Amino acid sequence: MANPRDTAAVATYGDHEVIMPENKLRKAVTTRPYAAGEEDPVARAEQALAELSTEFGSWMEAECERLDKARHGLAAVVTKASIELLFHAAHDIKGEAATFGFPAVSAAADSLCRLIEHTPDINRIPLQLVDQHVDAVRAIYREYSRSDANELATLLTRRLREVTDEFLISENRDRPETIEQIVGAPPVAPV
Amino acid sequence: MVRIDFNRLRFLVIDDNAHMRRILRTLLHGFGAREVHEAEDGATGLEAFTNFIPDIVITDWAMPIFDGLELTQMIRQPGANSNPYVAIIMLTGHSEKRRVMAARDAGVTEFLAKPISAKGLYQRIVNIVANPRPFVKTRTYFGPDRRRNVNPNYVGPERRKGGKTDLIKQTPLLDKVKAPG
Repeated sequence: MANPRDTAAVATYGDHEVIMPENKLRKAVTTRPYAAGEEDPVARAEQALAELSTEFGSWMEAECERLDKARHGLAAVVTKASIELLFHAAHDIKGEAATFGFPAVSAAADSLCRLIEHTPDINRIPLQLVDQHVDAVRAIYREYSRSDANELATLLTRRLREVTDEFLISENRDRPETIEQIVGAPPVAPV
Repeated sequence: MVRIDFNRLRFLVIDDNAHMRRILRTLLHGFGAREVHEAEDGATGLEAFTNFIPDIVITDWAMPIFDGLELTQMIRQPGANSNPYVAIIMLTGHSEKRRVMAARDAGVTEFLAKPISAKGLYQRIVNIVANPRPFVKTRTYFGPDRRRNVNPNYVGPERRKGGKTDLIKQTPLLDKVKAPG
């Protein structure tokens, strides 16, 4: 196995090294003029995604079923594994729903993720509140074609989040740094 | 404007969610990429990284067996694999500050928060290809330089110490012999 460091430029300083590896990606930078139809790669990718979007409804349906199954698994037995399955299902919906064309579903899934992530003792997780979240996610998706769907989703999610925050602040009353995470900083990652 | 031939790049997409893998593949093919390899968890991702030798790794954070953060830490081991300098894009629904910092400190090259967009992914890839950052190796970190910009107005402690390695100038023996005693 060739050592990639052999082809890197290394500058050594007092407590660190700065390494400039060989730029193997330079091969992809080109001055070749665009061929017909390839002028805008982002538009082409968006078009390809739009063509794929006929499948998004069934994908969302499958993700909601997965969430429902995970909720029943948690109700049957509260373990680290059953909690993780539910978190993972909610987390995937949070990240995918907007791409699938159902952005209003994301916020309810996000609230469920927060509930799971910040409940310090998994045996104290309120199953009724979990059920309410899962039912909300499924209902928002199911009723998405209604003209007032976004408004209802906002109201429902806001209430879920209020109840969740109230529970989490109480459960974490001895953990100020967790409370700061719950009520504090907005996301910093660029979209 | 920088133009990229995507068909000259090899991509490895690691995500346990088949829907998300399909979306990423669709976007990359839309950009013009031909070589897109997929893996469904951190372990098979690491194996694919070794065998497929990608130019750019796109990994989800939350995955079974080991997650995207652990995978990044395994790749960023100088001497342990064929390309510890590979570009890594962390794709995740986690966008809180502490998560972004953890990904940065593990050696991630770019961070892309979900929901994913064609424009967001394209910009990260262009940045990786057109503006490669040097790597920094310290006792506790190995990865892309976490300072993206030089701020001439920075006021505060300098965390990287020592400047250039001090060289102790040795007088050649011949000169010592010649020197008047």
